[in-house]
Amino acid sequence: MREVKAHAGFPIKPVYGPEDVAGRDVERDLGRPGEYPFTRGIHKHMYRDRLWTMRQYIGFGTPAETNARFKYLMAHGQDALNVAFDLPTQLGLDSDDPRADGEVGRVGMAIDTLADMEEAFAGIPLDRVSVSLTINGMAAPITAMYFAVADEQGAARDRVVTTPQNDILKEFVARGTWVYPVEPSLRLVGDLIEYAARHYPRSNPVSVCGYHIREAGCTTAQEMAYGLAIAAAYIDMMVRRGMDVDEFAPRVSFNFTAWGKIFEEVAKFRAGRRLYARMVRERFGAKNPKSWMFRTLIGGGGSAFVPQEPENNIVRGAYIALAAALSGAQTMALPTYDEAYTIPSAKAQLIALRTMQICAEEAGAADTADPLGGSYFVEALTNQMEGQILAEIAAVERMGGIVDAIKSGALQAEVARQAYRFEQALASGEVPKVGVNCHVADGAAPADPEVELYAFDAAVAATQVAKLTRVRRERDDRAARAALARLSDEARGTGNLMPAIVEAVKAYATLGEINRAMKDVFGEHKEPVQW
Amino acid sequence: MKVLIAKPGLDGHDRGAKVVVQALRDAGLEVVYTGLKRTPEEIVAEAVQEDVDVVGLSILSGAHVPLARRVLEGLRAEGAHDVRVVVGGIIPPRDVDALRALGVSRVFPMGTPLPDIVKAFQGDLA
Repeated sequence: MREVKAHAGFPIKPVYGPEDVAGRDVERDLGRPGEYPFTRGIHKHMYRDRLWTMRQYIGFGTPAETNARFKYLMAHGQDALNVAFDLPTQLGLDSDDPRADGEVGRVGMAIDTLADMEEAFAGIPLDRVSVSLTINGMAAPITAMYFAVADEQGAARDRVVTTPQNDILKEFVARGTWVYPVEPSLRLVGDLIEYAARHYPRSNPVSVCGYHIREAGCTTAQEMAYGLAIAAAYIDMMVRRGMDVDEFAPRVSFNFTAWGKIFEEVAKFRAGRRLYARMVRERFGAKNPKSWMFRTLIGGGGSAFVPQEPENNIVRGAYIALAAALSGAQTMALPTYDEAYTIPSAKAQLIALRTMQICAEEAGAADTADPLGGSYFVEALTNQMEGQILAEIAAVERMGGIVDAIKSGALQAEVARQAYRFEQALASGEVPKVGVNCHVADGAAPADPEVELYAFDAAVAATQVAKLTRVRRERDDRAARAALARLSDEARGTGNLMPAIVEAVKAYATLGEINRAMKDVFGEHKEPVQW
Repeated sequence: MKVLIAKPGLDGHDRGAKVVVQALRDAGLEVVYTGLKRTPEEIVAEAVQEDVDVVGLSILSGAHVPLARRVLEGLRAEGAHDVRVVVGGIIPPRDVDALRALGVSRVFPMGTPLPDIVKAFQGDLA
């Protein structure tokens, strides 16, 4: 008999039965959907009351180009947005900074000032459309710009639903859009959580991402373990800052992937919900049931998509959507089949959206809450995943806790080791990949794109720089300078920096200037490379 | 053979770079890794200081052509004509020739099997 292992490393049996779930306490460990500990999902009727939100990740070129793509997908039934920013924006560099050379508008849209954000959301009512912002190191100023646009539109503050990612700890492990050292970076995360909870109460000011760490190479169990440990670090920080846990925990959200084996993924989320609910209730003493709920976006998984026979990625995407639905996702976003090659085309984006819609409307995946609940296999796997996740959390504790493990680079080294191990498993065929290491057609042509490659417009940078120059010229420069000076002053203190950032944003200070005002005080992160 | 694996520009995706570092070390090569977000000038300086034979650039943001050009120009300006430069990452097929024309010895686009990369380094990278 062929041996099969979970991505988390443990063996999978050919058959499961009652003996595999013996000793389980249904009331204590499962409950019903919508009931503590939410193993079976956070809502009583799940998708029968409200379907998952469909939120494709979009952004490229100028704010005007991105605005047009937003509207294209919304016209096809996408009900929420997920914004991609270019790297200079994510790192707080203006489009005319020499370090931005070649990167302006590449992997997302360029934002230099409030004027760009106004253009990006022109004609999109921010009191009705929820928008997640994939921004971390620069989450505070970019979210301040977003709030300013919502205010300008006249949106009631308690109707503004935005989810800045604002998860800097995972950026130090994967993805890399850190700027300041760990401690001041954490302070900014906390400032935004506190400010949003008090002024824009329906926003979700942090989205804790296991997703990117998994994409960087860790296992399923590690993805959940690191996500939970990072969430605990933020909650602990906010409580130490003096906030009541129930004041912000109901708006903490998550972002995970589901590209692996369907049943293992479902078990990962079921175990994760149970562990999170217990942690927030028992360890942090939260009393509001909403604080206990693990609300998550599930999707992505671009690392599972390959350039060989790219159309096959459409099928992979459909299985990710199914896994996400069976896992109880609140929000879904899929990679596009052309993602291994290029910035997604409009056609590829539409196929991804249609995939989610077909999964919901035609395939019956949204009919019943936790449809796999009670399966011997899935319940046993859920318990096994829970044990594995706890073991990985314990391993992080042995590294000194999540923050110290990140500061020392020990966690990054572990993720890199796992990535290498996975790559070796691909090379040996231990992890099969159709069209890559198995079922490869004889005489198959080398990777043939047959995808529409994104035509990067070299004029984007010039357009962006011209606009930036105009905004700098036309603004009240004294007001902008005064706001930046105030921001630097306050950065030297210990208070919440958001009011000073908001003032600078509204005076049309550039993102680069705001970043510099803080960097002059905080300094820059030095990456620990443990090799 | 001594190799510098480098992440130029602003791209923070280092999974591929770190996997290649480990694979080359396992194959017995001496490998130095720069860490993220190095300028082309910093990479050139490190290549010269470490006296490497090959610089491997890992770029996933799309800015590979201007970044590779600046590294190659910098190496030439330093007189390091014998240092070969290879590039890996999300390199669309249409850009492979453009990189070769700049003087890049080998391009490893997405989907290149890891053993092929190792084999290329064990050979002459031509």
